[in-house]
Amino acid sequence: MANELLFFMEVLVGGLLAGTMYSLVALGFVLIFKASATFNFSQGAMVFFSVLAFCGFMQDFNIPFVLAFILAAFLMVVVGLCTERLVLRPLMNASEDTVLMATIGLGYVLEGLAQAAWGVEVRRLDLGIGDFPVPWIADNLKLFISALDITAGLVAAIMIIGLFLLFKYTKIGLGLRAVADDAGAASSIGIPLKHIMLLVWSAAGVVALVAGCMWGARAGVQFALVDLALKALPVLIIGGFSSIPGAIIGGLIIGAVEKILEVYIGPFFGGAIEGWAPYVLAIFFLLYRPEGLFGEKIIRRV
Amino acid sequence: MKPVFMTYTRKDLINLTVCMVLSVLIIPTFIKTEYWYTSILIPWLCLALATIGQQIVMGYTGQLALGAAGFMAAGAFAMFNLILRVPDLGFVGSLIVSGLIAAAFGILFGLPSLKVRGIYLMVATLASQFFIIWMIDKFGWFKNYDSSGIITAQDIVILGKPFTTPLAMYFVCLAVTTILTLLAMNMARGSTGRNWMAVRDMDIAAESMGVSLLRTKVQAFAISAFYCGVAGALFAFCYLKSLEPVAFDIKLSFKILFMCILGGLGTINGAFIGAAFILLFPVLLNAIGNNVFHGAIDATIISSIEQVIFGLLMIVFMIYEPLGMAKLWENLKQIIKLKLSSSRIKGAKSSALNK
Repeated sequence: MANELLFFMEVLVGGLLAGTMYSLVALGFVLIFKASATFNFSQGAMVFFSVLAFCGFMQDFNIPFVLAFILAAFLMVVVGLCTERLVLRPLMNASEDTVLMATIGLGYVLEGLAQAAWGVEVRRLDLGIGDFPVPWIADNLKLFISALDITAGLVAAIMIIGLFLLFKYTKIGLGLRAVADDAGAASSIGIPLKHIMLLVWSAAGVVALVAGCMWGARAGVQFALVDLALKALPVLIIGGFSSIPGAIIGGLIIGAVEKILEVYIGPFFGGAIEGWAPYVLAIFFLLYRPEGLFGEKIIRRV
Repeated sequence: MKPVFMTYTRKDLINLTVCMVLSVLIIPTFIKTEYWYTSILIPWLCLALATIGQQIVMGYTGQLALGAAGFMAAGAFAMFNLILRVPDLGFVGSLIVSGLIAAAFGILFGLPSLKVRGIYLMVATLASQFFIIWMIDKFGWFKNYDSSGIITAQDIVILGKPFTTPLAMYFVCLAVTTILTLLAMNMARGSTGRNWMAVRDMDIAAESMGVSLLRTKVQAFAISAFYCGVAGALFAFCYLKSLEPVAFDIKLSFKILFMCILGGLGTINGAFIGAAFILLFPVLLNAIGNNVFHGAIDATIISSIEQVIFGLLMIVFMIYEPLGMAKLWENLKQIIKLKLSSSRIKGAKSSALNK
């Protein structure tokens, strides 16, 4: 009995920590949605692009780790700048769906560019953190938890606290919220819309880079990252599109539920239910609480 | 425009005749190489049909869905099982029933559209994509307990006659596509299509005018999935000639989405234009790579470039012409017509002066 409980705990904790990885991707979506009410479908591609660039800098040009990270982050700022200039500004007055489709196109562009520049083969990314159980926890608590998972959890926690504070207590955060609420009104009282957009897209790019590093260290830097990033969508639906705490809670729920279902129910169906379970979970959430756990209630006017 | 035959105008009938003459008489007499049929015309017709399905739900009803390939897989595997287990049904019967099975899935996964829209609905439809593929993959019954993963599709037999040559398969695809395209046009022009468009343009207003949202949306999803199902069955039996769930992955869904958007949302001819473009462009790019650069450019780089160009086109179209290539075609026709009529007026004037 105790063993079973311990096993359950292990699955649960493993799932929760894996969920923080989804949260990291979801965070990028939330940042952009919160500040511009735009749904950025290319976030997954940004994750792939940024981490592939990071790996490329390190492995092809032998640039040291920290410098490569800074360069990759800078590259993401450039991507953000170009996106704001070339995609978002011309689509300022377009409908939500049009912008969404344009970001799907943007995702394609980024994926293609990344592969053209750095090749299609799977790259290994070594962060110096092993993906194996931490001995201390394994000995004392009898739980096998990967060091990488714990790092991802910590990184996610730090980023989320940081962003939360930024949104809540700084002038920039106030500006971001104002723009999200009503871009026209915000610009008429002198909030520089261009800078805000640039800032948000750059921040989302850096978040994508961090998420990409975590995923890349686990699964290798490869095209499948884009599909993994799609799983951030159910996370967003559960957490709510405009809530930073929602992104983390949603990620935790998806991670835990997915692992528990996979371990306890999966064997009856031949496994691999991880592939669709999050989406079905998201449908149930949509039916009962379409705005998500922490999202703002959507009111549509006629 | 005055209708001349039933509800069709003269222009419609001319268009239909031109298309039919082109596809039934001219193409088979002039194109003899198998390559054109097996790798371009047949997949073009199949994918255009699937794109019409996507158009119905996305272009006409305005519901952002992203699961066309899932429904195609449902149709393809339903077809395989029907021919295997219910041989009495025949090819055409199986095709219709597999379309209906796909439609049932469409209704099931279209239900969330009653509550949500936009990106939310996209996520819900992604569930269908992943679930259907997983289901086919994990339950051996659907694949007749074949362990190799790839099943050979049965030969097409209609009324005792085998349709196995590329030309014969082309005609099968052509016939099905023609009938379904005409049906889709009728639906789009009739009250069904007007309801769809009313829901697309403003669902609340449509509802208050007495359009049932439940009926309209579920209907659109069912019909869309029917089209995708039939297209998937044809795609597997005429083009791939094998069945494997991997062929219907999320990439194909995105491809169909691209065909739909680049071709022109809310148009039937846009589905054909978009499918032709997405299908032919990589062929063209490869030809350029092979003939101009003589293979100096890696194939993976070419496919990356292709992806970049599709993405860029998507952005450019969204910014400058959200109605896609069908609208460009329309504009072009308009310009030519204007040029012609103005030159005619000029000609008339000059001849009048000469007198």
